Amino acid sequence: MNDFLKIHSAEIKKLLAKYPKGQERSTVMPLLHLAQRGTGCVTRHDIENIAGILGISSTEIASIVGFYTLYHTEEEKTQYRIQVCTDLACALCGADRFLEELCNKTGIKPGETTPDGLITIEEVPCLAGCDKAPLFQVQGGGVISYHEKQTLESAVRLINQLRDGMPGGEQ
Amino acid sequence: MSEMLLLRHRQFPEIGTLDGYLKLSGFKPFKKVVSENNPVAVIDEVKESGLRGRGGAGFPTGVKWSFLPGDITPHYVVANADESEPGTFKDREIMESNPYQFLEGLMIACFAVKATLGYVYLRGEFWQIAEHLEQCMAELRKQGYLGKKLFNTSYELDLHTHLGAGAYICGEESALLESLEGRLGQPRLRPPYPAVFGLFGKPTVINNVETLTNVPLIIEKGAGWYQNYGTPKSTGVKIFSLSGNVNKPGNYELPLGTTFRELIYTHGGGLKPGRKVKAILPGGASSIVIKSSDKALDTPMDYESVAGLGSALGSASVIVVDDSVNMLWVSKKIINFFRHESCGKCTPCREGTYWMDQILNRTKTSKISAKDTALLKDVALQMRGKCLCPLGEFSTMAVVSSIEQFPEDFRS
Repeated sequence: MNDFLKIHSAEIKKLLAKYPKGQERSTVMPLLHLAQRGTGCVTRHDIENIAGILGISSTEIASIVGFYTLYHTEEEKTQYRIQVCTDLACALCGADRFLEELCNKTGIKPGETTPDGLITIEEVPCLAGCDKAPLFQVQGGGVISYHEKQTLESAVRLINQLRDGMPGGEQ
Repeated sequence: MSEMLLLRHRQFPEIGTLDGYLKLSGFKPFKKVVSENNPVAVIDEVKESGLRGRGGAGFPTGVKWSFLPGDITPHYVVANADESEPGTFKDREIMESNPYQFLEGLMIACFAVKATLGYVYLRGEFWQIAEHLEQCMAELRKQGYLGKKLFNTSYELDLHTHLGAGAYICGEESALLESLEGRLGQPRLRPPYPAVFGLFGKPTVINNVETLTNVPLIIEKGAGWYQNYGTPKSTGVKIFSLSGNVNKPGNYELPLGTTFRELIYTHGGGLKPGRKVKAILPGGASSIVIKSSDKALDTPMDYESVAGLGSALGSASVIVVDDSVNMLWVSKKIINFFRHESCGKCTPCREGTYWMDQILNRTKTSKISAKDTALLKDVALQMRGKCLCPLGEFSTMAVVSSIEQFPEDFRS
């Protein structure tokens, strides 16, 4: 028995109903989001399960996981990703300097994870918040929260809250 | 403050609830068009209004709706809420604060093209907005605005959200459709165009969120009323997303044809003391850069006038660059974005964005050699017009136009 289907049967039924008959494949992205929501990553087992539900190959689903940047495999798993936008509009407002200071403060470089495995800091493309730079999103526990008009102090406070087990921290 | 047409929540915060929206005549236009049952008249009204696509291309909306063939069914409408162009943050504000007006626009579009199912495709980062829109849709079902036999007619309609997962390319309409069908977000070969072969292989209209948000008021107050805003060829209002080196960045809803100077200095609070505008990117990162001058600043921001400056209004995501900034640095930032976002399907874009990034970054000094600027232009030329979608071409715009207009920032 497909345990993913078993655990989420009501939700999966609802997702499948959003698309016309014969177009069940459209649910692949919603199902991947659902799988990631609990654990923060898509496991090989999830991929097999989703392949079973939709009747498409697990290789195809793995390629979708690889293509879209918001999906993470087990190997990429980290507790919280602090993703700072450093694109042009934000960079004109000091996003690069903000990222550098945040990295100095946490002792890691962009793309690295703190030794306790909790916090990863990354640069990401535009988050559609260009008037509220510097800003970042936090991905963790399968959800994303926006944190805009940040200062080094507010970002460090948030990281401490995340370390203390407050998912998402204060908005 | 004059009356807003799109960012109406700033004047009427209650518009975010269904009750609040209904009190402001919300869903009267939808009810009217469904009850009158004349889809062609709806398309004609939108054509007559002169409304053009606000996502960047500026294509006349009513004309787009009229392309769907009647003999292939069913039809679909997809709202493009993938907002990912660096500098653009307008659709997010609409969906967060004035969601029902946007949804009513989508519903009128569905009726006009005889679609019974519509989708809102949102970028994955907007999952909270998607959940909110799902709640709005549930409320509309409960109150009889979505469902079967609407207003005692034979018309039925339902809407759903679909969440992307971090890919700029999915804002391109054919890649968006691929993604919505559960595939990699990569563009399709056209023709056939989505109007004939779109979602699930059926005729499909794809409209930007802001475009659709205009529609209920056009139906309620008429095309003639809408034409009072803007210029004769670029009618209506536009949300200008202002960002970069300005004191008051933000969304400003203004008539098309407002000048850059008014946007930047009157609304945007000008620049830091002592700073001047050096360059403007009028349509986000994919813009041809405009070198600042009195003539440029006094240019009206409408589709024709900005084209007259050799650039394009696009999504009107106005990024202001001041005179402390080096355009080589701007070029590096922009090519880095497109290198990351190239979907990899077409070789000229996949390789070209990497090459341009490497050339721009192969010296750590702030200048590059004349040989390399020539090479950059050559690579750009090899990318233009050779890909399935405009992304590859977009990636070259700011780089080449910066080299041409600000050679001193590149020269070693």
